[in-house]
Amino acid sequence: MSETVLDVSDLEAGYEPGVSIVRGASITVDKGEIVVVLGPNGAGKSSLIKAIAGLVPISRGKVLLDGKDITAAPAHTMVRLGLAFVPQTENVFPRMSVEDNLKVACGILERRQAPARIEEMYAAFPDLLRQRRTPAGNLSGGQRQMLAVARALIVHPKVLVLDEPSAGLSPKFVSMVFEMLSDIRKSGVTILLVEQNAKAALAIGDRAYVLVEGKERHQGAASTLWDDPVIAELYLGQRPLRKDSARHTETGGAA
Amino acid sequence: MSLQFVVDGLLTGSMIGLGAIGVTLTYSILRFSNFAHGDFMAWGTYATLAVVGAIAAMFGKVAPIAPLSFGWPLIVALVVGAVFTALLALLLDKVLFSRLRKQEQAIIAVMGSFGASMALRSLLEFIFTSRPTYFSRAIQIAMPVGFGIRITPDQIALLLLTAALVLGVHLLTTRTQTGRSMQAMSQNPALARVAGIDVASVVRVTWVIGASLACVAGVMIGVLVQIRPLMGFDMLLPMFAAAILGGIGSIPGAVLGGLIIGLAEAGAVQLIGAEWRAAVSFIILMAVLIVRPIGLFGVRER
Repeated sequence: MSETVLDVSDLEAGYEPGVSIVRGASITVDKGEIVVVLGPNGAGKSSLIKAIAGLVPISRGKVLLDGKDITAAPAHTMVRLGLAFVPQTENVFPRMSVEDNLKVACGILERRQAPARIEEMYAAFPDLLRQRRTPAGNLSGGQRQMLAVARALIVHPKVLVLDEPSAGLSPKFVSMVFEMLSDIRKSGVTILLVEQNAKAALAIGDRAYVLVEGKERHQGAASTLWDDPVIAELYLGQRPLRKDSARHTETGGAA
Repeated sequence: MSLQFVVDGLLTGSMIGLGAIGVTLTYSILRFSNFAHGDFMAWGTYATLAVVGAIAAMFGKVAPIAPLSFGWPLIVALVVGAVFTALLALLLDKVLFSRLRKQEQAIIAVMGSFGASMALRSLLEFIFTSRPTYFSRAIQIAMPVGFGIRITPDQIALLLLTAALVLGVHLLTTRTQTGRSMQAMSQNPALARVAGIDVASVVRVTWVIGASLACVAGVMIGVLVQIRPLMGFDMLLPMFAAAILGGIGSIPGAVLGGLIIGLAEAGAVQLIGAEWRAAVSFIILMAVLIVRPIGLFGVRER
């Protein structure tokens, strides 16, 4: 059917040797998909995608990008290999202007390409154009997330990997960020994201995995996962049989 | 009060400022205080002196470029000396600092640099003895330029060289991809890696810039004062004071801090006596730490 862009198999990873946080996780992301990784706190969601991005040491398993083995490649080579990662917090350079934040990410592009690519980002994110001279640290939370995503997209990644893009944002910005991701997917970019905000993420996602204790325990189409009462109760922060209360629990920080 | 202290202060300030650029870059990008930075200065100066000697042995006595006290051999030797100092810093990073920087606590690298400083200094004394030496023993006549200020051609040339180097480094760090990568590294090393910046190459560039400027500052001291194995170590406190006064990480800040300390030292010599000279940078350092710890151009860490 559709081709697999990212293929993670049986991954074990952790910060310290012998202490695995990710314990044999396997996930795949197909071209043009938005895949969401959900799970309770401490399930190893962040560690999983950080390991994929080369930021957490991998002790076992494989990460293939477009069929090419990128397991444990140094983090700074990932953008060249086609994987762009957006960290959860501190994902912009605060004392550099918006424009310099974009320019510094153009290192792997040909010099002549960079200005045009920056203009394309400004066209996609007009807010950033208006603030091009502003230090990134002075942006609002939503604009900062926009800049972080633009910074990652600027190098034409094969897959965009995001760690909780809604973390720390007010509800208004949360919906803005998810709309943005949905638009980015429409432009043909493949997305893998980890989220606490299960409802919002499943609303834009195609497929989802539920990670528990470092391993994927459930997977399926985003819509079916949200409606599965067992999963919803156990992992997605909903109360059983009280579907209308789901929204309330979720904005209170789904755990 | 004579205004001569302005020239003296600007010259001392230039030496301090050029040195402080390396201190501030090492601190903000490599995240440790390099106490061996002064010894890079001394090593660069002695390397330059050795090359001057080698050129003299090969080409005989070369006439100075009038009205300066030195000729092309010193200029060539300075370039060779700067390259040598950069290589020395890279070597030291490879065998020592790169390992120590991996440790969680910065203090380990700081103490390592202290050890490196002592080793480098003793080695210099061993090779060249601790007797002071000079690039040239010729006496230059200072020209009066008004307001009771006198200045020698060497001094003018070195002030211009400092200005050109500072401008060059400023443009490099603010206008080029390399400079932006350095800024990125200093603001968020983890994100810099994610953004595709090769940390190892930024580290190398940082050492090369800091060490070669240290060599230039050392040679300035050699031309205007004298050459001693302790010359760099004696500059350590003023350089750190300048870097902190200017705001850690800021290149214009380091240079301005250097000039302020240089002027304050020269003024103190005239006003209260030469024995207070060394105290000035210490007093300024204390005052800055108490009043404005982030320095003139510093930024508060979040």
